[in-house]
Amino acid sequence: MRSGRRKRKLHLSKLYSFTCCRASSFEDELYSQIGGRGYSRVVLCNEHGGNLESEVVRDYADNSVRSTKYTPATFLPKSLFEQFRRVANFYFLVTGILAFTKLAPFNAASAIFPLIIVVGATMVKEGIEDWRRKKQDIEVNNRRVKVHKGDGNFEYTEWKNLRVGNIVKVEKDEFFPADLLLLSSSYEDAVCYVETMNLDGETNLKLKQGLEITSSLHGNLSFQKFRATVKCEDPNANLYSFVGSLEFGDQKYPLSPQQLLLRDSKLRNTDYIFGAVIFTGHDTKVIQNSTDPPSKRSRIERKMDRVIYFLFCILFLMAFVGSIFFYILTKDDLQGGSMKRWYLRPDDTTVFFDPKRPAAAAAFHCLTALMLYGFFIPISLYVSIEIVKVLQSIFINQDIHMYYEQADKPANARTSNLNEELGQVDTILSDKTGTLTCNSMEFVKCSIAGVAYGRGITEVEKAMGKRKGSPLNHEQVIGSEPNSINESSNGKASIKGFNFIDERIMNGNWVNEPHADVIRRFFRLLAICHTAIPEMDEDTGNVSYEAESPDEAAFVIAAREIGFEFCKRTQTSVSTFELDPVSGKKVERVYKLLNVLEFNSSRKRMSVIVEDEEGKIFLLCKGADSVMFERIAKNGREFQDKTMEHVHDYADAGLRTLILAYRELDVEEYKEFRNKFSKAKNLVCADQERQIEKISNKIERNLILLGATAVEDKLQNGVPDCIDKLAQAGIKIWVLTGDKMETAINIGFACSLLRQGMKQIIIHLESPEIKALEKDGDKLAIIKASRQSVLQQISEGAAQLTAYRGSSQQAFALIIDGKSLVYALDDNIKNMFLELAIRCASVICCRSSPKQKALVTRLVKSGTRKTTLAIGDGANDVGMLQEADIGVGISGVEGMQAVMSSDIAIAQFRYLDRLLLVHGHWCYRRISSMICYFFYKNITFGFTLFLYEVYASFSGEPAYNDWLLSIYNVFFSSLPVIALGVFDQDVSARYCLKFPLLYQEGVQNVLFSWRRILSWMLNGFISAIIIFFFCTKAMELQAFDSEGRTAGRDILGATMYTCVVWVVNLQIALAISYFTMIQHIFIWGSIAFWYIFLLVYGAMSPHFSTNAYQVFAETLAPSPMYWIVTFFVVISTLIPYFSYSAIQMRFFPMFHEIVQWIRYEGKTKDPEYCHMVRQRSLRPTTVGSTARLAAMANDRRDRTTINRR
Amino acid sequence: MSSSSAAASGSADSTAARRNTKRPKYSKFTQQELPACKPILTPRAVISVFLLVSVVFVPVGVASLLASRKVVEIVHRYDAECIPPSNSSDKVAYIQNSSVDKTCNITLKVNKHMKSPIHVYYQLDNFYQNHRRYVKSRNDEQLRDSSKWDSTSGCKPEDMANGKPIVPCGLIAWSLFNDTYVFSLNNKNLTVNKKGISWKSDRDHKFGKDVFPKNFQNGSIIGGAHLNDSIPLSQQEDLIVWMRTAALPTFRKLYGKIEMDLNEGDTISVTLKNNYNTYSFSGKKKLVLSTTGWLGGKNDFLGIAYLTVGGLCFFLAMSFTIIYFVKPRQLGDPSYLSWNRNPGGH
Repeated sequence: MRSGRRKRKLHLSKLYSFTCCRASSFEDELYSQIGGRGYSRVVLCNEHGGNLESEVVRDYADNSVRSTKYTPATFLPKSLFEQFRRVANFYFLVTGILAFTKLAPFNAASAIFPLIIVVGATMVKEGIEDWRRKKQDIEVNNRRVKVHKGDGNFEYTEWKNLRVGNIVKVEKDEFFPADLLLLSSSYEDAVCYVETMNLDGETNLKLKQGLEITSSLHGNLSFQKFRATVKCEDPNANLYSFVGSLEFGDQKYPLSPQQLLLRDSKLRNTDYIFGAVIFTGHDTKVIQNSTDPPSKRSRIERKMDRVIYFLFCILFLMAFVGSIFFYILTKDDLQGGSMKRWYLRPDDTTVFFDPKRPAAAAAFHCLTALMLYGFFIPISLYVSIEIVKVLQSIFINQDIHMYYEQADKPANARTSNLNEELGQVDTILSDKTGTLTCNSMEFVKCSIAGVAYGRGITEVEKAMGKRKGSPLNHEQVIGSEPNSINESSNGKASIKGFNFIDERIMNGNWVNEPHADVIRRFFRLLAICHTAIPEMDEDTGNVSYEAESPDEAAFVIAAREIGFEFCKRTQTSVSTFELDPVSGKKVERVYKLLNVLEFNSSRKRMSVIVEDEEGKIFLLCKGADSVMFERIAKNGREFQDKTMEHVHDYADAGLRTLILAYRELDVEEYKEFRNKFSKAKNLVCADQERQIEKISNKIERNLILLGATAVEDKLQNGVPDCIDKLAQAGIKIWVLTGDKMETAINIGFACSLLRQGMKQIIIHLESPEIKALEKDGDKLAIIKASRQSVLQQISEGAAQLTAYRGSSQQAFALIIDGKSLVYALDDNIKNMFLELAIRCASVICCRSSPKQKALVTRLVKSGTRKTTLAIGDGANDVGMLQEADIGVGISGVEGMQAVMSSDIAIAQFRYLDRLLLVHGHWCYRRISSMICYFFYKNITFGFTLFLYEVYASFSGEPAYNDWLLSIYNVFFSSLPVIALGVFDQDVSARYCLKFPLLYQEGVQNVLFSWRRILSWMLNGFISAIIIFFFCTKAMELQAFDSEGRTAGRDILGATMYTCVVWVVNLQIALAISYFTMIQHIFIWGSIAFWYIFLLVYGAMSPHFSTNAYQVFAETLAPSPMYWIVTFFVVISTLIPYFSYSAIQMRFFPMFHEIVQWIRYEGKTKDPEYCHMVRQRSLRPTTVGSTARLAAMANDRRDRTTINRR
Repeated sequence: MSSSSAAASGSADSTAARRNTKRPKYSKFTQQELPACKPILTPRAVISVFLLVSVVFVPVGVASLLASRKVVEIVHRYDAECIPPSNSSDKVAYIQNSSVDKTCNITLKVNKHMKSPIHVYYQLDNFYQNHRRYVKSRNDEQLRDSSKWDSTSGCKPEDMANGKPIVPCGLIAWSLFNDTYVFSLNNKNLTVNKKGISWKSDRDHKFGKDVFPKNFQNGSIIGGAHLNDSIPLSQQEDLIVWMRTAALPTFRKLYGKIEMDLNEGDTISVTLKNNYNTYSFSGKKKLVLSTTGWLGGKNDFLGIAYLTVGGLCFFLAMSFTIIYFVKPRQLGDPSYLSWNRNPGGH
């Protein structure tokens, strides 16, 4: 059966007339380097008959990969080192060590304990993360592949056991386990199709072809005796180059990338291939190519570091001031032999308190004080933030609204470092293909014989329709969002790539149309003129197509749906099922395929020459309007005007158009062509292409126009809506694409980034002067002129902007192409360029290379000093994703390079609004509140210690019991703040999306401004002062209870501590705006735990609990004084903050508080009211569909007023 | 073999999805939609909180103040007057001179009826019992456990005397207060009960019943009081009270109780031994007689503070009410937003 099957396969390589599959030769100078430096690899294929065990392979890496950071041996030292690189941790390590000396104000264990917990928790987290990576590695390394074990036997083995030189057999839809040299495939001529999506994100299949000499190795047995030697380049990261030679028999054959199958790409449409392993494991190109994702830190964290340094300054200042006082007091103790404070025995003391050496004592005291006031520095801040961020990422990953059903992809926050950065994005730099558009083309409209067909609704029209239908009523739009997924899947569940509705020609109705014959030719052309390959599903009889580009597939599918089903391709023929208008039955027609004149970017058209069953020869041609209309014969222009009009309309709507035309060739003419053509094809390389092009050009003339197709480069679901939301949130959106300017502008219109009436500033180098210079080829002159031209265009643009500055209505768009970008990114010009770009409402860079994308990103990032987010899906976006503050990868289709180098992966562009406006906003808010609160709680605690020192002659005696002191951060104040960081919501997700402007809080960084940080710190100082003075004043001298006993250090300390615990926990309760059970449990639990702890700790033997022995049970609890003081101090400490926030809420509300008001007052149901709030606080939004609609409304109004005049 | 169509990758994926979907599980928790209370500071809430605080605080304040006012307290400073005028130029030399009899008589006048028990305190001023060197200078083991009598770590320089360990060692014990008071009313001695002036947990668990003072105050410099070597530490309540160090440099410690009512107009004469040296560091010494109420001793601070804060809250409640009435909030006024005030941002 297999051999029978193979006969059906084609020598596909022969179908193509142009570039494909050309064998390279040794002439190239590259090949001379083989064996030399950098080209020294020698692979002995199938050495030892593939006997794996005894193989003495050269020193090449094995095929297992390791992506883990640590090994069991290095984990401890390496992760510890990482931990103590942080200033705060290092500080605590030093104080922890110092705690073992006499300097310590408290016992050493209690100082080390929190550090161990904190560092331990972080290390556990690191360990778990690394374990996950390890598991992934194990999974990959243990995938199985068939390997030649000798004597023609192929057996399964794990990937990790592969060695260089092994022969493997890879079957359909399997991944290649290593970089392989393609030897042969199930096709006769050793071609195979490869999907390289994991490498470069391109979805179209790539054709690879093995050398002819090895293509005959078909059966397993033929490898029994196969021996060959490959000499090639050393491992490198370049995916698109490969230089090597194959020594087989006595001959040497050159090898090119054409023969190299890269690890992590997938075999498609080919039953199996045989290949020899060339590069393994870490030598493979894909792994060489993968760089460790740059470790990015968020703006907030960087600022937090500065705040911590600031706290360190306060800490040192306090310690220093304390030491000065200590110096004075200590020196004073001994005056000429008479002791002042005799009870301290200053005459017989250690250096730490020696009045004779007060300077030394003060210096040591300074160290003690640094240890004691160390409670200023929140030791658990870093670990808490890390825990919180991991949990936040889990929530992001779990968000069902960001789960993409079709591809089964939830959102995936790959690094948790940047959660809060998501809430501060100022500029989004977006790729186009695969990001804004889904890289799937849909046939939506066509114009045949001057009649426009097709009522399919494009995504743009949908978005506009929604807005238009309910200009004020955004609720419906939001409300319908979850449904829209269903809606779209129901509506279009039918056919991918086909969105054409017109009952006039569907279901065979076209026969009744006036120009039925033209329609038939039109669709027949679509069914024949392409290079797609049909795949018959044998069970259902359905045909699907494998095409090089998605628009091609769309055409074939369209033809099929209308009734011209392309069903079979052989080497020489194309067969279709057609509906016979007379009989009404499906008949098979076979067209002899004579030639294929392929598409390329300079020709902008493709043609096929076929002979139909009646022996007539046709040239069928489709191409861009710019090249097609000039090729139309005089007698073929019947519908030209109408068609041109339609094409113009389609282009306006952002559709891609192609013109279809045909011509009948007479036999003589064709013969002449064929001779010339085959002659040209046999020419040597250099001239061949031009000759072929010339000959083709000649025959593609005098065509008869049939009509035009309009294909929607389909925007991903919900893209216009999402862009509108982002624009309303005040985020700037730049599109960076490799596409042509026209396409980019089309998409710009489609996404509402551009609209009619927007002033477009287009910077390009297509001016005649420069073209003329280019012909001369004087490079220096070109560069000079180009730079001049770009500079001039930029300054002109800037001048235009300035001229229009007065009228805010006018929006500008900047469109720049890749060539000009080279100069615009020049050091001298780039700031001008940036300034211009910033002032424009939207910026589109087309024809930009991956490197330029990265450079533009860097320019925006460093030029504006604001957060940038890059979003893209392909390998060409990797640079951009890594350069930007946040890289978001689109993982719509299977795992890809962009995703691998991104920080966060989402499945669809439309989830970006939820990611930023909801999660970003929340995370930003949570983290910044959390950090502020951390500072607050530590200052409150730490400052009471300092105040106590004032009353303890700065001797360094802590006010609290040692253990109580050390577990403050760990037990009594950590959980509520983590709950704040993980769960708090200022407003619910619905309102975040409803009032996108809320997002500006993050962009403007109002929640983590120095003012806010310092206010929180001030609040901490005030709280500490109130707690300390009220407690000491209330319990100063007099009897503490009715028994008449007075309060000692233990009682005062415990009372103050109680107040601190209450205050910081109630403070967080005041700061939280979202109380679930969790918050209640954590907050009240922390307070309750304090009492429980005090009881338990007090019940331990006095050896352990020292002065806290039974302090609660015996002294505090029975005394009304304790309770009354606690109650009083706690309430009065909170009054300042409470009054402040009441006033702020009422008179200076922040935007989220306004939204809270609206929700509270139930005005959300009133759309006009909401709209009013939104509008009144909206900065003029210049892009997006809302703005477009507003502009349209303005336009209409202007027009009517003019008319009235 | 090629039965599954490669082009329709979507359908292939979706069948795979059904088998092993990555769809996040829906729950209110994972979607962050847990039922929650979302309090905001509405005028009503603010005003009622303030009112509530003042309503609670004022009565508590009144009660505390009454409790404090009910307490009768006699404070008498005696450190200056108990120095004979001849020695007033060098008080330190006088107090350090152990050969002089330091008896001193003072009289206290009872201005208000004092109900039994009347607590006797001594109050020291400018005495840093909370100094780190001082606080640490003790050995809890030694105090608790008779077998650890020779463990004196941390007690330097009062750990050894004449080569033998001191029990109880350390600066705290060594500097034990040693002024004594004898009270008489109308030439009739008032007994001062010195039992039960310390915390029970101290007597039971921190100071051993079989630990006796040894080698105490035998060093070169004598600090404060001597201890009776035949009474175990757990019964030396003066020491126990003293060893529970005070929090602040001005403190009172319980000396004993007079278990007898004193009437208004009574004059108590006190014969005291002015032994303790506070003159070196110019600290004051006071003798205090005080009754107690349910809230302890006499201190108006708490009551006044309660009343003040309660009043403040009432005032705030009133002002908020007025402000809310006079100046209604303008909802959604964009000029309040920081980024409209400051378009450049940060």
